[in-house]
Amino acid sequence: MTTTDHSQATADAAHSHGVVIPEGSRGERFTSFDVDAFEMPGPRDEEYRFSALRDLAPVLDQAEAPADGASVDVTAPEGVTVGSLAIGEGPRGTVLVPEDRIAAIASAGSVDALHVKVPANTQVAEPIRIAVTGHATSRSHIVLEAGQFAEATVILEHRGTGAHAGNVEVVTADGAQLKVVSIQQWDDDAVHAGTHHARVGRDATYKHVAVSLGGKAVRLAVTAEYEGTGGSAELLGLYYSDSGQHLEHRTFIDHNAPKCHSNVAYKGALAGKTARSVWIGDVLIRAEAEGTDTYELNRNLVLTDGARADSVPNLEIETGEIEGAGHASATGRFDDEQMFYLRSRGIPEDKARKLVVRGFFADLIHQIGVPEVEEGLMREIDLELEHFEDELVEDEA
Amino acid sequence: MSTLEIKNLHASVETPEGTKQILKGVDLTINSGETHAIMGPNGSGKSTLAYSIAGHPKYQITEGEVLLDGENVLEMSVDERAKAGLFLAMQYPVEVPGVSVSNFLRTAKTALDGEAPKLRTWVKDVKVSMENLRMDPSFAERNVNEGFSGGEKKRHEILQMELLQPKIAILDETDSGLDVDALRIVSEGVNRVAENTGLGVMLITHYTRILNYIKPDYVHVFVNGRVAEQGGPELAERLEAEGYDRFLVDA
Repeated sequence: MTTTDHSQATADAAHSHGVVIPEGSRGERFTSFDVDAFEMPGPRDEEYRFSALRDLAPVLDQAEAPADGASVDVTAPEGVTVGSLAIGEGPRGTVLVPEDRIAAIASAGSVDALHVKVPANTQVAEPIRIAVTGHATSRSHIVLEAGQFAEATVILEHRGTGAHAGNVEVVTADGAQLKVVSIQQWDDDAVHAGTHHARVGRDATYKHVAVSLGGKAVRLAVTAEYEGTGGSAELLGLYYSDSGQHLEHRTFIDHNAPKCHSNVAYKGALAGKTARSVWIGDVLIRAEAEGTDTYELNRNLVLTDGARADSVPNLEIETGEIEGAGHASATGRFDDEQMFYLRSRGIPEDKARKLVVRGFFADLIHQIGVPEVEEGLMREIDLELEHFEDELVEDEA
Repeated sequence: MSTLEIKNLHASVETPEGTKQILKGVDLTINSGETHAIMGPNGSGKSTLAYSIAGHPKYQITEGEVLLDGENVLEMSVDERAKAGLFLAMQYPVEVPGVSVSNFLRTAKTALDGEAPKLRTWVKDVKVSMENLRMDPSFAERNVNEGFSGGEKKRHEILQMELLQPKIAILDETDSGLDVDALRIVSEGVNRVAENTGLGVMLITHYTRILNYIKPDYVHVFVNGRVAEQGGPELAERLEAEGYDRFLVDA
């Protein structure tokens, strides 16, 4: 069965959809390790026309970053090996071949890539923690490897300041189960761009969760392809954009093998006159990917006037022999009727708003499947909302 | 003993065609323990009356006043009106995704009382009230109004009314879209709350059917934004026989 669900998309006038003219298949994009092979992007380039190009200047500049631009600290439970990989030393570079200038800069600028490996048949109960703390301009390349039937969770936390170009290259072998949670909780002036690309092994399960809350400009490409049949990729995302923030997520699932599954779900809230978010969701079902089952969804909740959410799902289907392929995108204003309903039961405005926003994110947060991340997120959303209440009071004053 | 006084209430709404006057001088007084049926044809302004009293931002009050025990309701925010003791059971209750019924009920009760309810008695109260309304316990874990059938939505409204214990409740077409069994369950709920708490009820309805289950003390015929005629239960019987035609000609 083939389903393309436009019902949500057409139900909402605020939804931006269908103005993109593809310049060719998403799967034919140029790749190179050579930074100079990528031109400096301009505001008219399809890949950057929704981006905060001015803010991204330091991550597009290939000038060498200072050695102490960022610190990367790893806390790994027993059984996990931590090492480094030089440029050209496999598996580094076998999965992530840069598709844009920023990824090429992050790759070329990281002489030693952090290599975290969970050996075959190893189940790690405690999450592996990687803390990236920015101080100035910085590059990083991280290789996460899960061996055959390995099971692990990686929590990658980004904090601090500066401009960070960071790649994450994920290799999952057959039957591995890997969760990667990438948290962007930068200071207000920080800039972060990079590519998180995974190859999903045969019958492997890969889950990537992007949580973008802090930072002036964040631009993450979160992408996945398959190595064999039966792979499953789930890309989840949650963002909360305040005034002065530009949070951009570009997802791509390359269904290049038969009988694989993918699910992409990104949800964001925007509060503040200059809050911006961008979600570009590409899915390609290649001719050989018979039996594919894929769905992608983006929802945006706009809390105040002036905020802008761009949402563009793109679905390319080269075979009709699939289980299902659908997408849904909707950007809605904060619902006055929900507020009236809650307040008519005595719930004050700030509490009602908190209930609605928590409710908006609740189903997504429950899908993360990492309890400490789920709990932390609910607290972070409450904090964002308290900050928002303060701003409202200031506006009225 | 509480009294809701509506005096010469005028309300308008903004439409693409300009400002439209809907309420044109409503006078009505409801005391604790009384049930007032407001009956009228479609478009007569019954729902506007309900939403105006509850404080929906869509409606502008242009004249008149609404007092609850002498306090000016119109100066209160929506949640303050609820705290003062008003409750509106809505014709089309709103979905709140991701918020469970139990969380919603507890949050509302806490907001109204200014403190969280005692857990043990609260859990019991919710359980008993849900049983009375023939609601499955799993209902408490569902998201507010999401995927509810028409009957479930209305039972959920009455569940809130029973647990939040208002002084005056406005039931806006609570009977619409209900089959006979659901209508009976919902009506029993209203009667039980009225009996237990001395609730004053404004029962807005288009049809006389619900009046077989909830006996009104007073019947008001609402036409063209005001009360056109009032009387006792016998007025409802006359409406059942004659319909609203007589009033529409007058209007």
